[in-house]
Amino acid sequence: MDDKRILLDYGSGGKASQRLISELFMHHFDNPMLTQMDDAAFLNIQGPLSMSTDTFTVDPIFFPGGNIGSLAVHGTVNDVAMLGAKPLYLSCAYIIEEGLEFSVLEEIVISMAKAAKEAGVAIVTGDTKVVPKGTVDKIFINTTGVGQMIVEDYPSGSKARPGDAVIISGTMGDHGLTILAQREGLTFDTPVESDCASLNGLTQRLIEEVGDIHVLRDPTRGGLATTLNEIAGQSGVGIDVEEDAIPVNDGVRSGCSFLGMDPLYLANEGKLICILPGDKADKALELLRSEPLGTGAVCIGTVTEDNAGKVILVTPLGGRRMLNMLEGEQLPRIC
Amino acid sequence: MSILDKFSDPALCKTLLDKIHAELKDELRFMEVCGTHTVSIFRSGLHTLLPDKIIHLSGPGCPVCVTHDSEVALFLELAARDDVIVTTFGDLIRVPGPGGGNLKKAQAEGARVSVIYSPMDALTIAKENPDAKVVFLGVGFETTAPTVAATLQMARRMGLDNFLVLSFHKLVPPAIRALGSDPEIRLQGLIMPGHVSTIVGIEPYQFIAKEFGLPAVVTGFDPLDVLQSLLEIIRQRNEGRAEVVNLYTRAVHDIGNPRAVEIMNEVFTEADALWRGIGMIPGSGLVLSEAYEQYDAMKQLGLELKEVKPLAGCRCGDILKGKMAPNKCPLFGKACTPAKPVGPCMVSTEGSCAAYFKYHTDL
Repeated sequence: MDDKRILLDYGSGGKASQRLISELFMHHFDNPMLTQMDDAAFLNIQGPLSMSTDTFTVDPIFFPGGNIGSLAVHGTVNDVAMLGAKPLYLSCAYIIEEGLEFSVLEEIVISMAKAAKEAGVAIVTGDTKVVPKGTVDKIFINTTGVGQMIVEDYPSGSKARPGDAVIISGTMGDHGLTILAQREGLTFDTPVESDCASLNGLTQRLIEEVGDIHVLRDPTRGGLATTLNEIAGQSGVGIDVEEDAIPVNDGVRSGCSFLGMDPLYLANEGKLICILPGDKADKALELLRSEPLGTGAVCIGTVTEDNAGKVILVTPLGGRRMLNMLEGEQLPRIC
Repeated sequence: MSILDKFSDPALCKTLLDKIHAELKDELRFMEVCGTHTVSIFRSGLHTLLPDKIIHLSGPGCPVCVTHDSEVALFLELAARDDVIVTTFGDLIRVPGPGGGNLKKAQAEGARVSVIYSPMDALTIAKENPDAKVVFLGVGFETTAPTVAATLQMARRMGLDNFLVLSFHKLVPPAIRALGSDPEIRLQGLIMPGHVSTIVGIEPYQFIAKEFGLPAVVTGFDPLDVLQSLLEIIRQRNEGRAEVVNLYTRAVHDIGNPRAVEIMNEVFTEADALWRGIGMIPGSGLVLSEAYEQYDAMKQLGLELKEVKPLAGCRCGDILKGKMAPNKCPLFGKACTPAKPVGPCMVSTEGSCAAYFKYHTDL
C-alpha cells in the first residue's frame, strides 16, 4: 500500500478496497476460512454455542497497555468466555474516518492479529467502511465472537447462591483510569496501564479443573461495584464485600483520590469475577494465582441470604455501607 | 503502611471510637461543612460506628450544591450563544437549571461546552479558538479561587483577549455566619473544610467560637481526622470551652497561604452572592476586580443575573442548612436520583443527597 492515509475509495468495494483487504487484513489475519473470500465464513462447529458482540469506540485509540484493536479482541473473547465457552471465531467490522493514517490502521490490525493469536481465536470474516471526515472519530470497531460451550450447566449472573465465595483475579480500575488519564493528558507519579487481556485461558482452567463455577463475569464498564450489583439482582441474593481485600494499584488509587473517582466503578478489561461454592474457593485461588493473569487473585467476599439484591461493603474500620450500582457517569470534582 | 494510610488505620480509629463512646455525655449535633467530609464519613462507614447520640448534619460546603438556580440559568444562556465556548469542571454539566435543562443536554444539542480539569486548559482552548469567546465557569470556594486568579494573571501575560471568567465563587465564613445565626439549626460543633484553610488559615473562623460559642475544628478528610475532630468537640463541650482548633497541621498552616490570598485579592473583590437554598448572603461572593474587568464575562458579554424560581419540590436548601436529612426529602430516591437529579445535592459527587443515595442504608 503506497498511500499514507485511508481514502473514501478504500470503502468503495472496488480495487482500492480489494487492495486494503488483501494487503492488510488478509496478510495479518491469515487463516483458511478468511482466505476463501466468500460472502460468509464456513465454520464446522458443533453446538451448543456462546455468542457475543460489542462495538469499540474508545478514545484515545492508543493507550498504555493496548489499543482499540487489541481491546476489540479481548473484550469480545472475554464476553464469550464468561458463559463457560471456548472462544473460537471472531468477526470484525471497521468504520474508519477518511484520512486516518494507514500506519495507524496497520498498527491496530497487527495488535488485533496478535491478540487473536494469543487467545487462540481466528478472525474469519469482516467488513470495512470508510466514512467522510468528521462523521466518525478516527475508527470504530465491532467484533462478534462465537465459542463452543465447554460446560453444560453454564455460569450465569443468576446462579450465585448463599455461601458462595466471591473471587476477583486482580487489581481493579486499571483500564478505566488509564483511559481517563490518557484522554485528559494527566500524568501521575506512579504510572497507570490498562489491564486489557483475554481471559479465556483462565476461565477454561477454572471450569475444567475446579468446576461448579456459578458465576463468571468480567467487570467492564461500571466496574466491580456495578457488576456485583447486577449479579445480586439477577440471583436475588446479597453480597458482602470486604473493602480491605480489594486490590487497587497505587497509581490508580492516587489518581482516583486526585480526581475524586472511585476505582470500584472504573472499567476493567483483563479481570474476572468468579463466584463458586465457598469450599472451592481455595482451589480456585490457587489455580488463578498460578496463571500470569491471575497472580493477584483474592477472595473479596461472600454471597448471603440477607439484603437480597444489595451489595454491602464492610469497611476496614468495620463499618458497613452500600456499594451501589453506578448511576450516570463518574464526574471529576471541582475541589 | 504509608504515612497517608495511617490516617485510616483501623486500630487507631478503634481507639478514638472507644474514647468517643466513653467521653460523650449529651447529644451532639455536629455539622461538617465540606462535601468531602460528608463523603468520607459515609465511605468509611463511620456513620454506622458512631454513637446514636451523635447527630450528623451536612453543610453548605459543596460548590455545586450551592450554585444558585439563577446562576445555572446563566450558564445555559451562555451555552446557547454561538460565539461562546463554555469551559467547566465536570461537576457542573449535569446540574439542572430552570426547565430541567443542563449543560450536558445543551452540549448534545450543539452547544460548545468543554469539560476541563484545570482552568489553565481553558487558556489553551482560547488560544486555539481566537474567533470564539472562551468562558470559564468560576464556581468553587477559597480553595479554587486562587487557581482561577492565577489563570487570569496568565491570560493577561499571554495577551489573550478572548478568555473570560463568569465568577460565582463563594466564601465559606459568611455562609457559616448565616447558618450560625439561624436558631432552627441548633449546632453544637463544626468540622471545618481543611482545604479552604490551606488558603485562608484558621483566623476567619474565630467568630464561630467567639460569637456563637461553638467549638470548630479544621481538619483533613480521612476517618482518623474526622474521629479526632469529634473527640476534640466532645472534650471542649465537656469542659465548657469553645475554640477554633487546627488539627490538620500536616497540610494547614494557621495563617494559611498568604501568597494565594494575595493573588486572590488582586484578581477578585468581595460581593454579595446568591446561595442555593439559603438566598443572598452579604459579602459571600467573589467577582472580578476592576483591574481584571476586561476578563469579566458578566460585563463583557452584557450578562445579567435574573433571580429564577427554585425547582418545584426540591428541598436542597433545607438539606444544605442541616434542617432535613437527605433521605427525608419526598423526592429522594424516587423523582430524584443521581441518574436523574432534581437538585444539585444529588448531582455532585460531594453532595449530601448523592452520598446518602450511594452509601447510606439502614443495615
